[in-house]
Order: sequence, then structure tokens, then C-alpha cells
Amino acid sequence: MTNLSTENKKVLPAGEDLGGAKQEFNITVYTENQIGLLNRIAIIFTRRKINIDSLNTSPSEIDSIHRFTIVINETEEVVRKLCRQIEKQVEVLKVYYHTNADVIWQEMALYKVSTNVIAEQVSVERLLRENGARAVVIRKDYTVFETTGHREETESLIRILQPYGLIEFVRSARVAIIKNSEGFNAKLREFERLEPGEDVIENEYLNQGQKVFTM
Amino acid sequence: MEVAQQELPAPTTKKETVEVSGSVALLEALIAEGTDTIFGYPGGAIMPIYDALYDYNEKLNHVLVRHEQGGIHAGQGYARTSGKVGVVFATSGPGATNLVTGLADAQIDSTPLVCITGQVFAHLLGTDAFQETDVINITTPVTKWNYQVTDANEIPEVIAKAFYIARSGRPGPVLIDITKNAQIQKFNFEGYTACNHIRSYRPKPIVRKQYIEEAAALINQAKKPFVLFGQGVILGSAEQEFKAFIEKAGIPSAWTILGVGAIPTDHPLNVGMLGMHGNYGPNVLTNECDVLIAIGMRFDDRVTGRLDKYAKQAKVIHLDIDPAEIDKNVQTTVPVWGDCKETLPLLTELVEAKQHTEWLAKFNDYTRQEVEAVIHNELNPSTEEMTMGEVVKVLNELTGGDAVIVTDVGQHQMVGCRYAKFNKTRSNVTSGGLGTMGFALPAAIGAKFGAQDRPVVAIIGDGGFQMTLQELGTIMQTGINVKIIILNNRFLGMVRQWQELFNERRYSFVDIQSPDFVRVASGYGIAGKSVNDRAELTSALEQMLNQDGSFLLEVMVTKENNVFPMVPQGCSVSEIRLK
Repeated sequence: MTNLSTENKKVLPAGEDLGGAKQEFNITVYTENQIGLLNRIAIIFTRRKINIDSLNTSPSEIDSIHRFTIVINETEEVVRKLCRQIEKQVEVLKVYYHTNADVIWQEMALYKVSTNVIAEQVSVERLLRENGARAVVIRKDYTVFETTGHREETESLIRILQPYGLIEFVRSARVAIIKNSEGFNAKLREFERLEPGEDVIENEYLNQGQKVFTM
Repeated sequence: MEVAQQELPAPTTKKETVEVSGSVALLEALIAEGTDTIFGYPGGAIMPIYDALYDYNEKLNHVLVRHEQGGIHAGQGYARTSGKVGVVFATSGPGATNLVTGLADAQIDSTPLVCITGQVFAHLLGTDAFQETDVINITTPVTKWNYQVTDANEIPEVIAKAFYIARSGRPGPVLIDITKNAQIQKFNFEGYTACNHIRSYRPKPIVRKQYIEEAAALINQAKKPFVLFGQGVILGSAEQEFKAFIEKAGIPSAWTILGVGAIPTDHPLNVGMLGMHGNYGPNVLTNECDVLIAIGMRFDDRVTGRLDKYAKQAKVIHLDIDPAEIDKNVQTTVPVWGDCKETLPLLTELVEAKQHTEWLAKFNDYTRQEVEAVIHNELNPSTEEMTMGEVVKVLNELTGGDAVIVTDVGQHQMVGCRYAKFNKTRSNVTSGGLGTMGFALPAAIGAKFGAQDRPVVAIIGDGGFQMTLQELGTIMQTGINVKIIILNNRFLGMVRQWQELFNERRYSFVDIQSPDFVRVASGYGIAGKSVNDRAELTSALEQMLNQDGSFLLEVMVTKENNVFPMVPQGCSVSEIRLK
């Protein structure tokens, strides 16, 4: 009874569209700000033994509405079903999914290195500049650099700094903005009204390539 | 889907505010929501609510169960027969964890419940206090919604939301955990206002005319249309709309185990049960129909068998209120989102009046084969020992199909649902999705509270009965009239059947011993009888039904009987076996 994830995958009819190959999908979830909702959303993935690669949650531009950005590596078929399950939760307003091609996304990374090393080795400063990093804090004992970019970019700077005594590294979850999201903010604002407009209470969500909220 | 039997409570707004405790506000809210019966068990963390309940004896009937699992199954039984929201009380810690099986059962079978659990004082949360457990997180996967109240001021609004969420859309269980301080705390109660809107919650999808038209076009072109109906028809109180639809379009219709009774058993278009132990025709012809119309059902694996060989030739129309069910297991051609009480009449209007006589005859052909190979022998056995089927047959003759039948889980459940006659909707109460042994006895108690003017007969196996037999105490104390039939084959029969068929008869721990059930019942002051002889069966069942009060009838049946037909696991529905 526990191996739902495999069961779920088996249900895909053989010889038919299997929902494509696995790839990264960005799931955007708008929710009420409610204690316990993170868990309610997370267990939709864990129940099916799907790993969340990156998860960001923070207040949206609308007061009391939060926005989640969840990244997983799955087939579209699975992602679509997951989105429906997420949208079914009482406190979830809306769910969208997009491929990496459909979004602009960034992750922020912080690197702590010894100030002495940087002072002594001029090449380090050049490397940091080349990688678009900027200093956030400079102290006698250490300096913290920050960079934003795609995973590979933040990753490559780790490799570059490693020989120079990287002390600590941290990377944020992904934040992603949807390329095709005209009127997104305005539609979201409709949720603030007590009786929402017709489009807002639609139950389908986007398929790839369709305009956001046109559905 | 709103349940027709119950009217939404009128929003009441009192002008003056009264200072009351959180507990009193809770009970007032329950009354405003039309609650008449609560199934519960007290304990330390819910004591203030029970103290308040002491003064509400006349308005709220509290049924003291013997175990919280019994309480929640009783709440489910009540909800299923009455169409109202079942209400359950339990204390913190073990009281709350004992609800988990029932919550999971209600979640998968879409049963509306509001469960209230006591919780330790808010300042003790997270300190491993006595009887503290993280109920919200434990129950999150098995509730439609849950919420922890730590301040009495929240109670009226939260309870209003709880009832609204439990019964609207696809119904389900809601759990509200109330810390002890909030139960005690006095606050200014401004009266109760029912909830009818939550901005992030869309109970019903918008009906799309385009899909209705596409569905009607497919149905009108179909030569071999086939309807599968589930509990959605009953939950949506759409029995009349459903009947009108199939009768106009002349479509043979088969039911899932939770859909049974939505139309009477002897309706000419009712072709029987779907799934693993369903009828022969509905299973085989699933793979021959040209348009499959699924209404308020969710294509459970026990219904579909092997999915890659399931109705591949057919165009699929799926009517469901829950958009997450569309395309979940079976790819649809036309998705008809919506409450079937609204969508069915729209569809009926557009379909052409037809009679698929030849196609229907095909189902009847298969029925004839099934009667010859299976049904006749099950109902009229030539063996000395009795079969489960013949007990159900005699029961049908005596009740005429008017009883509420509650079944547990296993062979007797399949036999009970296959052969019991249902004239009315909301007559079958069983644990379908979760398959919870021990469900039937407490659910039957609740079913009777929910349908007091109807006879309630629980059919239970010897294994399942022993899981929750403590609820005989609840029957004793309340004096509720529940008829209990134990079909005793001295085995955990369904597992034994699988071991016989698939594990070379290696009967691993299925040989279960039972106490003297009649004496156990007698200890609780419940009349009983055990029969081992066919000659006594009818008179024993008559005695049971005529008894003024509850009665336990044990019927000794064949030890090693198998339920057929059967779609073995991993096989296609058309590979259904008659033996």
C-alpha cells in the first residue's frame, strides 16, 4: 500500500504518450499564509517518493498570499497530477507548472573566503569579478561574496574558489518568474475580493505554452 | 456537492454578544450546523467540552463508544445513511491517534466528518506533555482539512469552516484540534455565522457547456455505450438525475462497491458490479464498449485491474466533481468537470432517446453464464454446509431489500455487496477504499442513528468482528437496534482464498479461532443465536429481524469457499475468472 509512487507511474498506458522524459519543472503555488500548509504540500511529493530539488516560499506581492517555487525532476504527466493534488488543498489558491525554458530563474549563493588569501592572491579577485560575484562583507579575517545565477554558475565558482580555501558556502532555493504572465498580478489581486471573478475560480491550470490565466 | 437532505443552516447574527467559554461556543456551533448526535469518548484534554456537554444533554445526543476507532466509524456510518456530517469527539494523544484509521477511511471514501480532538494547554505544546501528540501533523495526509485552535475567539469561525469544507465539493473528514485553554477561555460570542465561501477553496468546478456537448455527441454516436457509476451519484443526491439520464439514453450501467443502491438492484439497466469480484458482464464488456461513461467514480485499481489493458478501445467520458480525479488513472476523451447533479440534467437534455437492446442483451447473456457457473451454486448450494450467498439470499427475501446493509471487509463483504438487494439509496455502508476490518460493527451503530426508521443489518466476518467487538458495549448502553450477522468460516477467508489460489495453499496465519460469539453477546445483554443447519436459517433470520432490539446471529458457513468471479491482481478485467 505504500509504494504509490511506482503504482502511479505504472498507470501510464504502455505505448501511449508517457508524458515525455523526466526534466526539471518549476511548480508555482499561490497559497494562504497558514501554519501546516508547507507540510500539506510537501507530503504530496513524499507520499509518491518524489524528491523536492529546491523549495522557496515567501510572501507574494499581495498581502497574506504566499508564493512557493518548487523544483522537481519528473515527467510532465506526473507533474500535472501533482499539481492537481496540490491545487485540491483547501488553502491553495492556484498552481502552475513550467519547464525551465518557460521561466527566468535564479539562485543566490554566498561564499566565505579568507581575506588574507584574497589580499595576497590577486588572481582571486579577478576570478570573482569574472564570475559576477560581489563582496557583501569584508572583515579582517574573512570576506563574503555573493553571486546569483543558474546552478552551474554558482557551482563553477565553488570549484574556482576551492583551491583558495573556501571556508563556507550556502545557496538559496530557486526563485523563478514566469516569462508569459501578462496580467498575473492583476488576476492575483482578484483573490482579495470576497466573490471572485469567473476566471479566477477556474479549475484547470495551464498547459505548457498557454498563456497564464487564459486557461 | 451539497447533500439535499440537509439544509444549510441559515446564517444567524445575534446583535448582543454573550460571554461564553470556547466549549460552549463549540456546542452552539454544532447545534447551529444541525448536529443531533455526537460519537465520542472523554479524556483529560477534552474535559471542558464534556463539562459543557453536561448541560446540552437535551439538544445533543452523545453516544459513548468503547474506543475512539469505534467512535469515528460510527460517525462514518451516521454520515453515510443520513447524508449529514458525522461528528466525533476524542481526547488528545491516544484518543486522537485512535481516530487515524477512521480518518483515512473517510478520506478515501469521501465521507463528511468533523472530528474534534482535545489538546494539551497551548503553553505545553511541544513539551512532550502528558497525552500530547502532534495530531495536526499525524492527520494531515488523511484529512481534507485540519486546524489547531489555541484561542477561543477562533472557534465559531473555524467550526463554520470545518462543516463547510467537510460537506461541500467532494466531501471528506475535517479535524479540529482544540487546546484545553481555548476550551476554558471565556470570550465575547457574537453568534454563529455559517460559512459558504473560502476564497482559496473551490468546491465545485464550473460546468463547461462545451464538454457537455462533446460528451452528448459521443453518447449519441455510440453503439455500445456503458455507464460506470460510483458514490458520487449518492453524495451529490443525484439519484433521480442519474436514473433519468440512463433511462433516456438506454445505457447499461454498472456500479462500484460504493455506488450500489444509487439505482435499485432490479432496475432493468442495472447490470451489476464492477471490479475484482464484480459481475462477469460488466468486467468483460468494459473491454468491448465503445463509449465508457464514468460518473462519480475514481477508477480504483480494484475496479480497473490492469490499466494498460483497460477499455483501450473506448472513448472515455468522466463526470467528476474533483478535477484531480480526471485523467488520474484512466485517460479521458471528454472530461466533464462538475457536480453530477448539475451536469447530468444538462447531458440528459442533449442525448437522444435510445434503447440499446442488443447491447443490453449481451450483458444478460453474460449474467446467464455467471448464474450457471457461480451464482446458482452460491445461492442454492448442494453442499451440506451453508454458503455466505444463501444467507444473503434469505435475508433479501425477508427484508425485501429495504434494509441498510453494513458490511465489513473480506469475502463476506464481496458476497454481501454482490447479492444483497437494495431498493433505496444510502442503503449500503462499507469500507471501500481503505478496506478497514473492524469497520462494520461501529459503522452499523452509527448507520442506525443516522436512519432510525430503517432496519440496519451488519454482515461481518469472524475476523473483522473480533477487531471491534468492544462496541457491543455501545449497543448495550444505548439500546440501539442493530442486527448483526457473523458469517463464520473459521478463517480469514479472503487472505486464505489468495493463499489457496496464488500461494499454493500455504495457509499462513489465516486459521483464526473465535470465542463463543453468542455468549459474548449475552454478556452484553444482547440476544443471539448460532446456526449450523440450513433448516434453521430462515427461522433464525426471522427471529433476528423480529427481535425487539439488537440481535447477534452467527451462521457457520463453508470453511474453504472462494468468491468468484475474480479478476486476479495484475490481470485485465476481461481475464475475469469464473472459477
